[in-house]
Amino acid sequence: MNEHPTTPAAPATVRSAADVTVGEALPPVTIHVDRPRLVQYAGASLDRNRIHWDEPFAKQVGLPDVIAHGMFTMGSAVTLVTDWVGDAGRVVEYGTRFTKPVVVPYDGGADIEVSGVVKALDPETKRVTVELTATAGGEKVLGRAIAVAVLD
Amino acid sequence: MPVNADFQGREYPPTEPYRVSAAKIREFAEAVGSTDPVHVDADVARARGYADVIAPPTFAVLIAQQCDGQLIRDPDAGIDFSRVVHGEQRFVHHRPLTAGDAIVGTLHVDTVREAGGHAMVTTRTELATEAGEPVCTATSTIVIRGGE
Repeated sequence: MNEHPTTPAAPATVRSAADVTVGEALPPVTIHVDRPRLVQYAGASLDRNRIHWDEPFAKQVGLPDVIAHGMFTMGSAVTLVTDWVGDAGRVVEYGTRFTKPVVVPYDGGADIEVSGVVKALDPETKRVTVELTATAGGEKVLGRAIAVAVLD
Repeated sequence: MPVNADFQGREYPPTEPYRVSAAKIREFAEAVGSTDPVHVDADVARARGYADVIAPPTFAVLIAQQCDGQLIRDPDAGIDFSRVVHGEQRFVHHRPLTAGDAIVGTLHVDTVREAGGHAMVTTRTELATEAGEPVCTATSTIVIRGGE
């Protein structure tokens, strides 16, 4: 959970627009989320809403259980794009709807399956549009999740 | 208490600057599992042309949500934070948030509406440097779930 990358300094190996085709699938990832991770995200993001870590409180306000921050799901899902592009600074637009909460039980947590497809590529500006799909428990948790990045 | 529709169109004064630190960027990157060394290694960041380590794409929410607090904490707005869930979020980055930035946020309440027994509030936070250089536009829709 707390790996500190020690990659030596090197120029970015940013994906080239010439190597990308519309319809191409990005390598999918599974993101595991559990209560410690939500506490970690709450601290890092300063979003300390109790529905994300306090089970009795979450249930008291009508939720089935603790739910992940939508922003945790959004923020972890986009690593699919940044890893594929080769530089996290190349994402110029990113938006999503939060269609279903990711319910995170105390025992076992939850898995978020993330995949992505290239929807558009502008050879002039080298802007690539990726649509992300994220599901948990078989349900879509992000809707219209679109990231735009600038390739080399 | 319903959400106060009079808040639609309101613009708040610019916030005090938020200072983006390398430590917070690292903490945030670790929390979302973004392992790009550009978040933690200044040499990698500089080799890619950035002034210092840069934040992951959703880091801006940290600053934007602090700005949203001006609205959410305002008792006159009628927003019960315990009933708030996030409906939608979007970022347009003019450049990456970078360690050392001092970022000022200007909060706009774009829409306040009711639908299906819930209230929905869309805010837009314009993040810029103290010198006025635009850095990010963060747009958020929160849903305040209706009472049973």
